[in-house]
Amino acid sequence: MTQKLPGSKDIPPAGVTWKSATEYKTGDWRSKRPVRDDEKCTRCLICWIFCPDAAISWDGKNIQFDMNYCKGCGICAEECPVKCIDMEDE
Amino acid sequence: MKPMPAKQILMGINGDEAVAYAAKHALVDVCAAYPITPQTIIVEKFAEFVANGEVETEFVRVESEHSALSACLGASAAGARTFTASAANGIELMHEVIFLTSSIRQPVVMAVADRSPSGPINIHGDQTVSLAQRDTGWIMIYCENSQEAYDSTLQAFRIGEHPDVQLPVMTMLDGFVLTHTLENVYLLKDADAHKFVGRRQPMMITIDGKQVPLKLDPKTPITIGPLQLFDYYMESKLQHSEAMEKARPVVTQINNEWAQLTGRKYGDGYLQPFKVTDADAVILTTGSSAGTARFVTRQLRAQGKKVGLLKLRTFRPFPDKKIAKLLADVPVVGIFERTHTTGSLGGPLFNEVRSALYDLDTRPTILGYYGGLGGRDVTPDHFRTIYKELLKIKDTGKSPRNPIKYITVRK
Repeated sequence: MTQKLPGSKDIPPAGVTWKSATEYKTGDWRSKRPVRDDEKCTRCLICWIFCPDAAISWDGKNIQFDMNYCKGCGICAEECPVKCIDMEDE
Repeated sequence: MKPMPAKQILMGINGDEAVAYAAKHALVDVCAAYPITPQTIIVEKFAEFVANGEVETEFVRVESEHSALSACLGASAAGARTFTASAANGIELMHEVIFLTSSIRQPVVMAVADRSPSGPINIHGDQTVSLAQRDTGWIMIYCENSQEAYDSTLQAFRIGEHPDVQLPVMTMLDGFVLTHTLENVYLLKDADAHKFVGRRQPMMITIDGKQVPLKLDPKTPITIGPLQLFDYYMESKLQHSEAMEKARPVVTQINNEWAQLTGRKYGDGYLQPFKVTDADAVILTTGSSAGTARFVTRQLRAQGKKVGLLKLRTFRPFPDKKIAKLLADVPVVGIFERTHTTGSLGGPLFNEVRSALYDLDTRPTILGYYGGLGGRDVTPDHFRTIYKELLKIKDTGKSPRNPIKYITVRK
């Protein structure tokens, strides 16, 4: 852990969170990351549907993985019909 | 001038009913419980109060003890004063939620009708199950008689809900010996009891520099009980431990307030020494056994034997320093516990007391006695036997090789 975290005197009791849930980044324990081949990709969006963490976004043109939340489960790669996603070691 | 205690009503009731009356007097908002011997009468009696409209409590009928405490925990997180009661296997079934309740700092009050854990199946009294909750982070009070069960249950709300504390409290009453035995119990009048307990005030916490109540309220939304991993878990444990330390003076303070109101006082709220000061041998015990031990102590004192009793009332927070001070000059101490542990040097009571005495310059010889297990009667003879052994050790200076013994077991 590089950053200094607050101590017991600084955090609320009872495990109450002091930040909005959007400030929690939960992708840090991923061991594999999805890498997409943009040329092979047909934009079928099956990966977008299947991602259990809603970590894949689609803006009408591009597909992007949000690495702050991707856990590296590999469901996108498994489900991709043209096999354009590779799971690479972190 | 010393204020006169409040006028009280004398009733012939058993320990369970005494606890139910305490819950009635405590203005409980939510009660969720599941019946189990020997606790059933508490919930049964309380359900009667609800059915008669004598209380405004929301009574939640659940399908298990795990759900009972879960419902209480949820209600408490929403700001309700909550009460539940259970025993033995019920306590074990809710064990997960027992940890949860204390770690998210909800001052639920739970009466535990102490019954041996099944295996072999047994429904009678001993304290194995409640003492097994010692690491769950609850405040734990052991009652000697039904009067103390009533008194402690009402005190429990004040202790647990104190702004410095905010921890759940369990009050223990021995199965059958207290739960099902008729006794004369003084009850406060409703108005006096209500004035003593007051209404629950939620703890205020600081989030983003703002003060908000620790309560699930749409006006000040917070999340209670989220995931805390290796990054914050230990800090929360430290906070929990500090809250338990802050409970130390509160237990005494509420005990004193109670004494002013009712005229009944339980030592300093932790320990009740009886003829300990000049004693050659002291028995330390807890719960209803203390009453029997006191009877024997008085008899032996009348015969000129220098024996004393130290009744332990509050087990969490554990009064280690107080015990060390009281037992510093006692040559031999016997610890009688209605609990059973295997593969260790004695039971939890023996271990904790012995550890509390470790720092003394001259440590007493300490013996541990297992007895009264599975509801076996704890008789005056138990304590005569123990005192005899302790006094013999004092006279001969010879301590036994194995300090752990069983009382009345057939070999």
